[in-house]
Amino acid sequence: MAQDTLSLYGVSMLSRLIVGTAQYPSPAILAAAILSGQPEIVTVSLRRESGASRAGEDFWALIRELGVRVLPNTAGCRTVKEAVTTAEMAREVFDTRWIKLEVIGEEDTLQPDVFGLVEAAQILARDGFQVFPYTTEDLVVAEKLLSAGCEVLMPWGAPIGTGRGLNNPYGLRALRAHFPATPLIVDAGLGAPSHAAAAMELGVDAILLNTAIAKAGDPVAMARAFALAVEAGRLGFLADPMQPRDMASPSTPVIGRAFSDAQRA
Amino acid sequence: MKPLRIRVIGAGVAGLTAALEFARAGCFVELVERREGPGLGCSFLAGGMIAPWCEAESAEPLVVDLGIESLNYWTQIVPVALKRGSLVIAPARDRPELTRFSRRTREFERIGAARIAELEPDLAGRFDDALFFPREAHLDPRAAVAALFDRLKAMDNVALRFGVDAAQAEDDVDWTIDCRGFDAKDALPDLRGVKGEMLVLFTKEVRLSRPVRLIHPRNPVYIVPRGDGRFMIGATMIENHEAGRVTARAMLELLGAAYAVHPAFGEAEIVETGAGVRPAFFDNLPRIRLDNRTIHMNGLYRHGFLLAPALAMRAVDVALRGADAAEILHEDRSERQDA
Repeated sequence: MAQDTLSLYGVSMLSRLIVGTAQYPSPAILAAAILSGQPEIVTVSLRRESGASRAGEDFWALIRELGVRVLPNTAGCRTVKEAVTTAEMAREVFDTRWIKLEVIGEEDTLQPDVFGLVEAAQILARDGFQVFPYTTEDLVVAEKLLSAGCEVLMPWGAPIGTGRGLNNPYGLRALRAHFPATPLIVDAGLGAPSHAAAAMELGVDAILLNTAIAKAGDPVAMARAFALAVEAGRLGFLADPMQPRDMASPSTPVIGRAFSDAQRA
Repeated sequence: MKPLRIRVIGAGVAGLTAALEFARAGCFVELVERREGPGLGCSFLAGGMIAPWCEAESAEPLVVDLGIESLNYWTQIVPVALKRGSLVIAPARDRPELTRFSRRTREFERIGAARIAELEPDLAGRFDDALFFPREAHLDPRAAVAALFDRLKAMDNVALRFGVDAAQAEDDVDWTIDCRGFDAKDALPDLRGVKGEMLVLFTKEVRLSRPVRLIHPRNPVYIVPRGDGRFMIGATMIENHEAGRVTARAMLELLGAAYAVHPAFGEAEIVETGAGVRPAFFDNLPRIRLDNRTIHMNGLYRHGFLLAPALAMRAVDVALRGADAAEILHEDRSERQDA
């Protein structure tokens, strides 16, 4: 069987788990979780950490030493300008054209500002960035992001940090159906490994998580649990699951049994 | 036998406790500090919560164990701490965070509205679910520094030198105890800085008897009463080593949290803001690192007052008694666990 790889902007990945690097009890535990979950991509935020003079270099060096591909993000940015500036800095710090684009529009739900998102994506794509936009499941927004030059979509599962799982499986299914060839990465809102498996079973291409691992009692074990769930969900999707039905259907044949209910009656 | 000569570099809480412990053990101690007085670095901005059990929420068991030792130190040997416990609260919408906190910690009571009102009358009716850690304590870091300093001044085997660069100190000593915090990065390249911002509010409208932690998924904040209407609000945790620069966003978060705890903080006066750099190693655990005749006491991270006394006592054991202090002396986690 050919290897089941995921291609993101021409880069092939075997792991379909992407892990955020914030909120771990320590960099050491982060490193151990990366080792245990085996993601090939980690995200890292720069907006706040850079300070006035890019003083976050020590932490960024630790991230680079993890030996995985870095997807810098614009977490915490609330305007197009902020996001673009942060992306430009990220390109320099991590020497990559990849950028996870977050433009937050609402404080309580940390919902993406999809208007700002599309605008920022246009600017960044024109400037040579390969943009991973954090968006909602909205089809029209997705269409505009693709026209802006995005080749990947990152719809939310639920609001960032809520751990609620998939709030709108119908919306994700619709997104999958409309964009069968675009890599979809469910980003944010997952809490338990079963959420990740459920998303993968819907046919999305990968999962991005941070809080669910970082804030678990044992982040290292939880990273592994999510890796297994993502793999299980992916295999389940590829294996084409049976369709649910209403009436029971015996898994062993009844004809030819020595005693059937009819005979006993 | 001639008493050992010890040079302690750095007069933050780590250096002061180290100096006091070596002096109490009978050594000649010279404390050298490049600033003009004691406790003007990180220690000046500390929260002063001696809350080992709360810290278990995000810290490893070692921090809890060392913290419990230090709790005894601050209540018995240098008795500046008030043992009134600490309170952990969450707004109704963040209640799952309180449950998460409770699952990572111990030595607390989960209390309801009536008990909260009894402990902190000003929070009556504002919160109906909290964790109370009765055995914890808090201190005013600046008062603690002053108390340590007074003790040292009164000892005739101690010399205190301020405004002096340790590199100029050339006399031979038996041991150098390097307690420079993040400044020691020249000698400890694996040290990293974690920025923290704080502020102090003044109001007569709110009274709190003990530290209050407000749990929030992104911006957990604590309020430590300093007495006389002053409240220290802290602290951000940012992965960079930028000292001094207080951002608007940090103030927005800290003040927002204070306001959520009690709206009267909205009318309080901002009497101070500050930003410092916590010294941390890869695993956020402290180290006593031996380098010839130098002992580095560093990596206290956000736990300066919580860990310094316990580390100082171990540094004395290492220097004077050849103890191996296995749980903090080794670099590597697996090594430490085997030890």
